[in-house]
Amino acid sequence: MRFRAKIVDLACLNHFSRVINTIAKLAKTCTLRLTVNKLYFILSDRVANGGVSMWCELCQGNFFDEFQMEGVAADHNEIYLELMPENLSRALKTAQNAKAVKIKLTNKHSPCLKVAVELPSLSSSSRIVTHDIPVRVIPRRLWNDFREPVVPDFDVSIYLPVLKTMKSIVERMKNLSNYIVIEANLSGEMNLKIETDVVSVTTHFKDLGNPPWASEDGCQSSAQGRDLQSMAEVRIDIKKLQQLLVGQQVNPTKALCNIVSKRIAHFILLHEDVSLQYFIPALA
Amino acid sequence: MPFSTQSPASGEQYVLTASLDNARNLSSLLRAVHFQDHATCFATANGLRVTVEDAKCIQANAFIQAEIFQEFHVQEESVMFRINLAVFLDCLTIFGASSLPGTSTALRMCYRGYGHPLMLFLEEGGVVTVCRINTQEPEDLLDFNFCSTNVVNKIILQSDGLREAFSELDMTSEVLQITMSPDKPYFRLSTFGNAGSAHLDYPKDSDLMEAFHCNQTQTNSRGIKNKKSSFVNSPATVPQPRHRKKAESSINLQKPDITHVKAVL
Repeated sequence: MRFRAKIVDLACLNHFSRVINTIAKLAKTCTLRLTVNKLYFILSDRVANGGVSMWCELCQGNFFDEFQMEGVAADHNEIYLELMPENLSRALKTAQNAKAVKIKLTNKHSPCLKVAVELPSLSSSSRIVTHDIPVRVIPRRLWNDFREPVVPDFDVSIYLPVLKTMKSIVERMKNLSNYIVIEANLSGEMNLKIETDVVSVTTHFKDLGNPPWASEDGCQSSAQGRDLQSMAEVRIDIKKLQQLLVGQQVNPTKALCNIVSKRIAHFILLHEDVSLQYFIPALA
Repeated sequence: MPFSTQSPASGEQYVLTASLDNARNLSSLLRAVHFQDHATCFATANGLRVTVEDAKCIQANAFIQAEIFQEFHVQEESVMFRINLAVFLDCLTIFGASSLPGTSTALRMCYRGYGHPLMLFLEEGGVVTVCRINTQEPEDLLDFNFCSTNVVNKIILQSDGLREAFSELDMTSEVLQITMSPDKPYFRLSTFGNAGSAHLDYPKDSDLMEAFHCNQTQTNSRGIKNKKSSFVNSPATVPQPRHRKKAESSINLQKPDITHVKAVL
């Protein structure tokens, strides 16, 4: 099992740092899956996470100038590591003006990701700051826990409103209630609702647009044949929604939400070379 | 509780309707009196008064004249209800606390009368938020019975200087003592804290002094905590607080003009 990679381009480095910062806001601990072409940050839907799950996918070629990976075995050419993304985020904070960043999987006393940041210096020899991030290697028998989630058979798919607006509103609503209802229909309308003994607040968004999903195998999805005005709704923990919105430092190219009525809210946020999926289960 | 989102087309249904182009004018003023979560709203044809009290010894009033609103109708002689001010403020600022340049939140407020919730309709950038806030029985409020003829001493100061003084008060002191006198020190704020006593004097010919009318030397002490928070939260744009001392010892801190905040201790 070997892994070493290098980023030299400053723009790629900053972009990578931003992605890691977003992941760090969503999960305290997560799984990093390394393959020949991609990196994945995965959080499975355990009770400990409150049932939320996350799947973030990056093409390594868009970020790394050098990338060498040898998996656990020839026919399973992948590495699964458990780590705390906040550690990686902090290490990359020192790399804002770096000449290069090298990442290597090491096992001196215990498995670590060694992040070596080469900083510019006035003398001829460079300054190198090294961070050793502890990781846990996940054995192959547990890899099934981290399979890619299937896009659920949703009732409504809708583009999200401007995230900044949504973030302000959800933040205020969080002061008033622990739960929020998201409802949307196929006419591009979405409502965010909270209701308590003291107050009820509803925010109405219009003209958001519904993304076109090609139906596979020509079979009927729940969304087809659905009354355009009929709302699909899901009641979720408002803190989980706020975590997702707060973590978005850059506006995504596309942001949408799939709702399975009363079951799950599935968020997809796409940037140029990163895709992030976040699943928030409905509460009773 | 079922909710309907019917828009308030017919004014006859509501005993109070008000519209404001920029909700932040209202929210910033209410924030100045938000030292307790419960407030009493009192509306007449003249405008809207929001009163907050603490332990029957401190009362803060924010009054917004009807002219400030783009629309202001009160059907009955007066309308009164009690409401959770923290919730009210969260609703008024639902689109964010600070406004982006060029955007403002439009507000429409409607109240159907006793037993009904206060309805707020807020709009910014095409997005509409509807709030229903439950109202409660209004409680008896302290009536300080201010009467102009009993005023013994009256001082009008520019608020910026006083605001700065308040933010520097020694909070280890239990009381704030205010002295007004026709002789030196004219106007003095005193604290008695762990490190010693501190006095802030404003001479009567100070630049900050807009008006100075003192007939008698008077000293008043009050608990420091609430007075400071009320002043520090006040909107900076409203000028001219004035201190008035009456024969019975109470201090009236008032910012006059169209909108004013009055703290009575």
